[in-house]
Amino acid sequence: MSPLFLFLSFVALLSALGVVLAKNPVHSVLFLILTFFTLSGHYLLLNAQFLAAVNIIVYAGAIMVLFLFVIMFLNLNEETEPHKPALAKFAAAIAGGSLLLILVAAMRNVSPAGYDPASFDSQIGMVDRLGLVLFQQYALPFELASVLLLAAMVGSVMLGKRETGERNF
Amino acid sequence: MTLPALGWQGLVVLVVFGVSLLIATYSTYAERVIAAFLQDRVGPDRAGPFGLLQPLADAVKLFTKEEFFPAGANRALFVFGPCLAMVTALMSSAVIPFGNVLQFGETSIHLQGIEINVGMLYVFGMVSLGVYGIMIGGWASNNKFSLLGAIRAASQNISYEIAMGLALIAVLMMSGTLSLREITLQQSVAGEWHFWNIAKQPLGFIIFIVCAFAETNRTPFDLPECETELIGGYHTEYSSMKMGLYLFAEYINVFVASAVMSVLYFGGFNFPFQYELRDWLVSSQHLELVTASNIITILGLVGLFAKIFGFIFFFMWVRWTLPRFRYDQLMRLGWTILIPLAIFNILLTGGLITFGVIN
Repeated sequence: MSPLFLFLSFVALLSALGVVLAKNPVHSVLFLILTFFTLSGHYLLLNAQFLAAVNIIVYAGAIMVLFLFVIMFLNLNEETEPHKPALAKFAAAIAGGSLLLILVAAMRNVSPAGYDPASFDSQIGMVDRLGLVLFQQYALPFELASVLLLAAMVGSVMLGKRETGERNF
Repeated sequence: MTLPALGWQGLVVLVVFGVSLLIATYSTYAERVIAAFLQDRVGPDRAGPFGLLQPLADAVKLFTKEEFFPAGANRALFVFGPCLAMVTALMSSAVIPFGNVLQFGETSIHLQGIEINVGMLYVFGMVSLGVYGIMIGGWASNNKFSLLGAIRAASQNISYEIAMGLALIAVLMMSGTLSLREITLQQSVAGEWHFWNIAKQPLGFIIFIVCAFAETNRTPFDLPECETELIGGYHTEYSSMKMGLYLFAEYINVFVASAVMSVLYFGGFNFPFQYELRDWLVSSQHLELVTASNIITILGLVGLFAKIFGFIFFFMWVRWTLPRFRYDQLMRLGWTILIPLAIFNILLTGGLITFGVIN
């Protein structure tokens, strides 16, 4: 375990905790962005440059901007935050705790398969290799995913379309 | 003095950093001089010869002004906003290839901060992060005009990023690589009549430059700071050097956008007849091949900066020529004109590549 890995993991865990524990929703969003950055750092350590760049562009650069956008508009603060009843908090703590227990129990005896240094291809994360794998080995799932995205796009255009007679400016 | 190769590369990173700051500093001066010229005024001429010390005077003014925090502002984020804007702006110039290789005996120095094989995506990621500085600063000011400016910046950047990415895809289809250095090298091949990408991608370039104006929040798309509607937009509440950092970040973004456009569409550090000139230097002037190559590299560096300055001038020329768009016009231009045009450009490029017209 390199010091860089430990540092990134430390920051990732700390900022992920910050997302949950921050009182201010805007701070939560900013902590989440920091978490994405540390995840991109992990991808870079795994020599997956393309994945790291796309993670930054799509998640940190586009999706989280929209999150921040909506949260700034909602003007959430501590006074307007609805207070959950004690029973709900209790139930959430039990559910979360048992999930943690199951995950730890499942991972306890896992021994990673490891890799063979002789046959391992360190360039597998590069963009050209990834493209070849996506378009040769996984062409059908890739195309299906794009059809799904297209359907979602058409749906959002339908929702956002101006109806007859409606004019806002 | 001998430095290991990594040391030289670190020096290049520092120089790129310094040059970005220097160009941003003198962009403020150039903006005033160009504005004065276009409006038939004198412009700054008090500080130093031709007013050349004006940026220094501005910096002294900004540093010595009162640090003001508006009531109810989120102080930490209020300071963090301009810092983030500056950091993301400065980071994006790291992958731009400013020149080819300089050879000094055993050491070869790439005139580029870092060479990564996803260079274009790196620039794109940094550009998409740039909006956070504006959003955080606008929100933390606790001012409705600042918030509206921040919201405008966010939606404008996201909208124009899509068209920008689609325009870029057409270039990447031709080059087959995301590395900016590779894209530059492909635009000039020794012994062949070779065109820069602008000749193959005129439509893509027009889409890209319009989006670059929107991404850097320059007129005619400076809606986030639109004075007539929003006082000053996201930096209404800012003063002293925090305000200066926002202005600086904008000029660095203009510089980076100009550099990216020069690299992608105008041949980067290539210039016409460079290989002929090198061969002439070797054959007629009896220089060594290494020396001749170094001369070509330095000339290419100068050429790239000439292109960049041309684009920066263009940014300023447009600022004092075109009026500001209305917000719905901006959105309509982005979503219903530029994005379909960019998709058409991708189809066109794909067709032309398939039939072997361009490669």
